[in-house]
Order: sequence, then C-alpha cells, then structure tokens
Amino acid sequence: MTGIGAIVRKELEDHFSSYRFIILFALIAMVSLITTYMVGVSLRDELGGIAKPKFIFLMLFTSTGPLFSLVQFVAFFGPLIGLVLGFDSINRERSDGTLSKLASQPIYRDAIVNGKFLSGVITIVIMLTSILFVVSGLGLTLIGVVPGIEEVWRIFIYLIISVFYISFWLGISILFSIIFRSIATSALATLAVWIFFSFFISMGASVLANAFVPLNQNTQENPEIVMKHAKIQRAVSLTSPMQLYNDSTAIIIDPTRKTTRSLIFMGPIEQFSSERFSRPLNLLQSINIVIPHIITLIAITFICFAISYIVFMKQEIRSI
Amino acid sequence: MDQKPVIETHELTKSYLNHTVVNNLSFSVKEGEIFGFLGPNGSGKTTTLLMLIGLTEPTKGWARVAGYDPTREAIKVKRAVGYVPENIGFYGDMNAKENLQFLARLNNIPDSVSSKKIEEALENVGLKEDANKITGVYSRGMRQRLAIAEILIKEPKIVFLDEPTLGLDPDGTIRIIQHIQSLSREKNITVLLSSHDLKQVQKISDRIGIMINGKMIASGTIEQLAKEKPGIENKEISLDDVYMKYFQEV
Repeated sequence: MTGIGAIVRKELEDHFSSYRFIILFALIAMVSLITTYMVGVSLRDELGGIAKPKFIFLMLFTSTGPLFSLVQFVAFFGPLIGLVLGFDSINRERSDGTLSKLASQPIYRDAIVNGKFLSGVITIVIMLTSILFVVSGLGLTLIGVVPGIEEVWRIFIYLIISVFYISFWLGISILFSIIFRSIATSALATLAVWIFFSFFISMGASVLANAFVPLNQNTQENPEIVMKHAKIQRAVSLTSPMQLYNDSTAIIIDPTRKTTRSLIFMGPIEQFSSERFSRPLNLLQSINIVIPHIITLIAITFICFAISYIVFMKQEIRSI
Repeated sequence: MDQKPVIETHELTKSYLNHTVVNNLSFSVKEGEIFGFLGPNGSGKTTTLLMLIGLTEPTKGWARVAGYDPTREAIKVKRAVGYVPENIGFYGDMNAKENLQFLARLNNIPDSVSSKKIEEALENVGLKEDANKITGVYSRGMRQRLAIAEILIKEPKIVFLDEPTLGLDPDGTIRIIQHIQSLSREKNITVLLSSHDLKQVQKISDRIGIMINGKMIASGTIEQLAKEKPGIENKEISLDDVYMKYFQEV
C-alpha cells in the first residue's frame, strides 16, 4: 500500500477545501435540515396529546414533507456527491501533467486510483454521517422522542447502504475520468448516466412493459396480465441503482413496509392472515427482504471500481 | 572514468503494434556522469526514459538502473531515480512548499525531516521568496527550478531530465544548467539529460548518445564522436556539427 496514505491525505485536503464540495455540502445540508424541520413540525402537531407510536423517529426520514422525504432526496441528489467528487480525478492530473510525476514516485501505480476512490468514500462517509447526526439532533428537539436501539440500527444500515450507493456513482465518475481525457467530456458523460438511470429507466420500464404486455380497457381487468405487466416493469426498473437503493432503504427505514413491490394480489385468506400479523417487521426481517438489493448495490459498486482499476492499470503510462 | 555503470541496457526494444519506437538499444552510463541523450523528436528518447524508470515495459531486452530491474523492481528503481518529465506538472492550487511536502510524503520522508529540506531546497534554487505563492502562477523557469528542488529533496542516485530547458529564456536555461551541473558535481548524482539544446548539452555532458529512429547510432565523448567523422576533427569541435553529421548520414 506504498504511497496510498499520502494520496488519500492530499485528496481529502483537496475535497474539503474545494468550493464545489463546500457548496454541494451546504446545499444538501440545508435541504436536509429544511425537510426535517418541516416533517418534524408536522409530526409534532399531528402527535400532540396522543401516545407516540413506535418507530416515530424513523418517520423523520420517510415522511414526505411539502416536497419530498429525506430518503427520497438522498436517492435523487446523493449521486451528485459521487459525481462531483470523481469526474475529474484522473484526467485533471493528466492535463496538469502531475500524473506522470506521481507515477514516477516510489508508489505502486494502483495507489493512485485506490487513493482517489478511498478518499472519495471517506468524504462521503463524513458528509452523510454529519448530515444524519444533524438531522437526528433536530428531529429529537422537534418531536421529543429518543430513538430506540432498533431505530438507531436501522439508521446505521441506511447510512451504510447510502455510502455504497453514492460510492457507486463515485466509481462511475472515476471510470469516466480515466476513459475520457477531457474533463468536460467526463463531466457530461457522468451527468448523462445519472439522468439516464434517474429518469429514463423508469420511462423505459413502462414502455417495455406496455410493449410486451399491453394494458388496455380489455386487459386491465385481468389480474394475471396486470401482474405480468408489473413484473416486467419492475424487472427493468431494477437495472437502475436508484431503484435498488430506493427499495432497500424504504424497507430498512420503514418497518411497516413488508415488500418492495407496489402491486400485490392477495386472496381472502392471505388478506386475513396479513391483517392479523400486521405488526411492523423486526430489523432482521426487513434485512431479509432487501438483502438481494443490498448485495447487488455493493456488487455493482465494487464492479464499477474494479473496471476503473483495470482500465487505469492497463493504460500505457506514455499516454498518461 | 572507472566507475561502475548505474544505468545499463541490453537490446532494449519497445514496439507498439507494428511500430518499433526503441530498437535494440544498448548503452551504459557510469556513476556521477552527465550523459547527454540527443535525438530528433520521435526518436524514442522519452520512451527509453519511461522504460528505465519502470513506467512502461520493454517488449524485448533488459535494463538495470541502480542495480535493479525497472520492470520487476519498479519501486526500488523509482526510489533511486528522480524524473523530471518534459511537461512537469505541479498542483496549481498548492504553493511550492505544499507541493514539495506532498512529494516528500510520497517518498516516505517524515514531515519533521522534510520541512528543513524544503527550506534548503527552495533557497538553493532561488525560490525562497516565492515559496508561499501557488504554483499555478509560476513561470516556466520557476517551475523547472521547483522540479530541481524536488530532486534535492528526494536525493536520488540518478536523475532523468527530459527537455529541462525547453521554452526557457537564456537566463533561465543557464540557471537550470548550473543546477544540473551542481547535482552531478556536489552530490555525485548521475544525470541522463535528454535535450535539443546542443550548446548546453555540450557544456555539461561527460558523454553523449545520439538516438535516431529508435536506435543509438553513436555514443561517447564529443571528441570521440568527432574523430569518427572526417571533416570535423581539425577544427574547434561543436556538438551541433557532430550531431548534424550523424543525423545527415542516417
């Protein structure tokens, strides 16, 4: 690991002193605080004078305020953190002529790309943790409920999933900064991928489902066809990291949710038994539901970084 | 000179697809020597330097630098070698001291040791007064001097300089050449100097090697090279004449 410590240290100094990071962090912290404040005030008003239900603290993260919930906000804008941290990490070194100098120092070549990724991940962890602490503190003050151990664990797991989710986008942006020599091109490419996965996958999922199993006045009464349509739509949607993240965090942070699906057909007996056992899920049960999503999210993050690593290591230093 | 060679290559070859950039290159440089590495653009000088420092692998042949194989023992070679590429880069938003501090950390030099070295090196290259300026505002000459300061901090056994005087004014060129000379004389550092500035190379080089189309077509002292070519042995020898004789022949 020769040299990686020096690179991580320098990169962290760069991140925390850069205007773009400070602006982005301030923006995200501000929106998070405003969202939490609005949700907190509305919860306080609604719960005034009645016994506080279980897991009320987690509602700070899941309740939709006037615009969106905190979880939705991180799902949508979190990738920007990863993209901003990495889109020029390698090609800026290349254009400034510092990459060949760096590579000629007594460090392993992979220390450069590892150091960039690691410092990005550390920055993401610090950023998210501090936002969650501030939000929790504000929530505590507003609703006056101390979170239980299980709620703390749920928030912790939410943090871990969020770190991997944003790290995936960091990996994508580092990959583009290795592939594209121009900083503008890599910035545009990372934005294009983000827009594609944020907007077009869900549109594409709907188009594909309609193409394979069209829903019209005749067919939409048929539960089997509706189910098939929903399955195709869901399968396509799951190719998006955003969908994986949304599904996994929704289940982890909201114990009353029992499935990631939006459409469920139940017979009368199933419905009866479901109502009988309508208590919130415990943490392990919630994890069990979304473990495939979490593992996929972690896997694509590592795969993305591994591709960056291989491309960087295979590049001729001459071209660096 | 009876010193042992610190740089040695044997049939060193580098090919990209069907294009051979360095072709069966065999030469050696002795300890403490300043070796002028000459050749037109695209002759393979930079590729040779990159192979010698372990940044690119040879297709064929071998090299030993400071007793190590650059392909298999790249870290040891990089520890022994200071490399100043043609377009030397610095972190433009960091000042000279911070740039040097980062380099020292990459070389595992503790901050307590490096801070004194940085002060000395900056004074040595005449950048003490500009030490707290960000390097983004440095002129090319100042950047080259900062590159020399990096070498002073790293204290390598060997230095590879790729076009260190390119784009410098005469005053800047003279200052850089003096620094290179003092590296060799005072610290016994071996210098492999790739340059197009033949006058300066002649002034400071102990030996030179002329590389054309990936091949080392001649190497030795300027006098030896001049003797091999009729027509220039009787007059005052200039490296320009020697170089042009060999170049025109090829």
